Amino acid sequence: MKLVEKMIACEINGIKVNVEKGSTILQAAEKVGVHIPTLCHLDLHEVGAVNQNANCRVCMVEHENRGNLVPSCAEKVTEGMKIQTDSLKAVMARRTSLELLLSNHPQDCLVCVKNLDCELQTLAHEMNIKEMRYTGEKMSHPVDLTSRGITKDSNKCIMCRRCITMCNDVQTVGILSPLKRGFDVVVATAFHLDLGDTSCTYCGQCVSVCPTAALAEMNDTPKVWRELNNPKKHVVVQVAPAVRAAIGEEFGYEPGTITTGQVVSGLRRLGFDEVHDTIFGADLTVIEEANELVQRIESGGPLPMLTSCCPAWVEFIEHQFPELLDIPSSCKSPQQMVGALTKTYYAEKHNIDPKDIVTVALMPCLAKKSEAARDELNKDGLADVDYVISTREYARMLKEAAIDFRKLDDSSFDLLLGESTGAGTIFGSTGGVIEAATRTAYEMITGKELKDVNFKKLRGFNGVREAEVKVGELNLRIGIAHGLGNARKLLEDIRGGKSHFDAIEIMACPGGCIGGGGQPFHHGKTDILKKRQQALYNVDANAKRRKSHDNQMVIELYDNFLEKPGSHLAHELLHTNYAAKKRI
Amino acid sequence: MKNKILDFSTLDQSLLKKLDAYIDALEGDRQEQLIHVLHHAQKLFTYLPHNLQLYIAHALDLSGAHVNGVVTFYSFFNEEPVGKYTVSVCMGTACFVKGADKVLDRILKLTNTKKNVMSEDGLFTVKDVRCIGACGLAPVVTVNEKVYGNLKVKDVDAIIESCRGDEHVD
Repeated sequence: MKLVEKMIACEINGIKVNVEKGSTILQAAEKVGVHIPTLCHLDLHEVGAVNQNANCRVCMVEHENRGNLVPSCAEKVTEGMKIQTDSLKAVMARRTSLELLLSNHPQDCLVCVKNLDCELQTLAHEMNIKEMRYTGEKMSHPVDLTSRGITKDSNKCIMCRRCITMCNDVQTVGILSPLKRGFDVVVATAFHLDLGDTSCTYCGQCVSVCPTAALAEMNDTPKVWRELNNPKKHVVVQVAPAVRAAIGEEFGYEPGTITTGQVVSGLRRLGFDEVHDTIFGADLTVIEEANELVQRIESGGPLPMLTSCCPAWVEFIEHQFPELLDIPSSCKSPQQMVGALTKTYYAEKHNIDPKDIVTVALMPCLAKKSEAARDELNKDGLADVDYVISTREYARMLKEAAIDFRKLDDSSFDLLLGESTGAGTIFGSTGGVIEAATRTAYEMITGKELKDVNFKKLRGFNGVREAEVKVGELNLRIGIAHGLGNARKLLEDIRGGKSHFDAIEIMACPGGCIGGGGQPFHHGKTDILKKRQQALYNVDANAKRRKSHDNQMVIELYDNFLEKPGSHLAHELLHTNYAAKKRI
Repeated sequence: MKNKILDFSTLDQSLLKKLDAYIDALEGDRQEQLIHVLHHAQKLFTYLPHNLQLYIAHALDLSGAHVNGVVTFYSFFNEEPVGKYTVSVCMGTACFVKGADKVLDRILKLTNTKKNVMSEDGLFTVKDVRCIGACGLAPVVTVNEKVYGNLKVKDVDAIIESCRGDEHVD
């Protein structure tokens, strides 16, 4: 017999509704279509991030039975409860809460990076606040611009603690905590260290959930404009797979709309001289990585081999598991591979002095900004990648240039570093890298053609996934984690000798790069991430070539330049090393 | 600043051994006992410099931010060195209305220091604290463990003098 959980009856604005035990008033109201404004509340239960501190008091409603006000996001429904969301008392309480928050908030909305994308601003508009009734002491904290990826302006913080939930509970990096108390409280790093001095991975998930501009991306668009305006520079850009599945949202397209052709045309209109596809680098990564995996399997380890394309994940293992640094693949990320080849192979082919080339990467990610700045990722003092702009920054540049994205014709990537396969495309989703690598490793190991390239058991949205794939005689044991907290679980098992995998893919952000810290804000809707994910798998399903080693331009690159996977030159340009770092 | 915080060699190594022993002897979930560990560490080191906080964070496998958050939340914990005598002036309502602010001003003047900053001679740290629950004695000042009640501003001079002359007994 199945036990049926007792339902609880309550009334929201006189509408009777039955809800499951443990539901909040907010959930009950949603069920009957009653909107209650919220600010600190965040429910991303699919990725394990639920912020339910009830500390902004913007969702107050009237509890008729008790005659008092309660925060609807945290207060649980009880039998016979009667709630009014639109009584004068409730409306005024919510308004006052918001006005008090605004009284301690800088009023530079016009030039704020979150202008028109700020939840505080939206609420002020929705609650019809047209004057600042309260004035008083304001916070005064220095703005932290020390990291390459993330800026932190605590003066814009409303203490919602979403970032803390993300950083501590989901990512388990633990960079942020409330320090001090009362009016002096500030969400800060340990000992007020500069963000650049901490173990921050720059995954940017804190930025993804910050309702205001307290945490935001470093704005690199002025630097890119400057380079575009310099006639002596040959400015080359590359585009990551996840960007094309999300940027449409900035221009009113449905989530999950693929806009590759428009992305490329927009970049040409902005004045980039050449547009490369990071998927080309992904295909190259697959070949180098599969080659490394095969070598490790043949020579007895070290196994498992961990993917290394995600820079936030690399920072995480360097700080949190320095004793495991022999297991990640030595492959650079696709971004760095394309950058390195642009300043060597491409420069040689086009007879351009690499010193005159500026490489820009358009990424869904903020950690890519700090990855580009890593000391070891250069050749002869020239950085592989000079600047990284996020999906959001690119959208802002287009708007700034008054380019109507929706009216752009399709354009294709420049061929030399621009051909792509379906395998490289799914790098943008959790599970994609390892599926692409498996397709290639299969043929490398067995020497036979892989008939069905769809490894469906590697796909999905669960935080940790395990699968066995039969590759000839071999049973390849594969692990997948997305979100750094899930990665930690896998790594702890490896360190404790509890799990035995051959290969593991790790992505720092929930969903993989499609949920990156530089993507259009999803405002708490995880179904948007799933739509972006599906869009990439659709591109793969319809692609002419679906195995990385079938990429004709990659084959040409090996024939004419690199010789073979894992060659001396490949190692010099496409591989890197890691350094143990102290945890703060 | 980062390197200074990561450098544990500047901490008194013999005290650190005692702290290690204390942590090793803890039963149950160590992370839950952070406040006990901090209390003990402050007893040993008299204050909790940043590198000691990070040392404790590593020992309990907590983030530095979390430990620093707890230390800065409770006024009992000191992040800065403290003088031989901690002079706490109660600022509760009863003490305040009976002139605790003037008592505090006088003490700061006599010790030539600012609130929560150790005096140059290393003798005094002066704090204003919330109600210590001795309202009947308002205004109240404590010097280390000793309580002085029903104070008048002019009484302060003698108390501070007794500390200077090392005549103060807890």
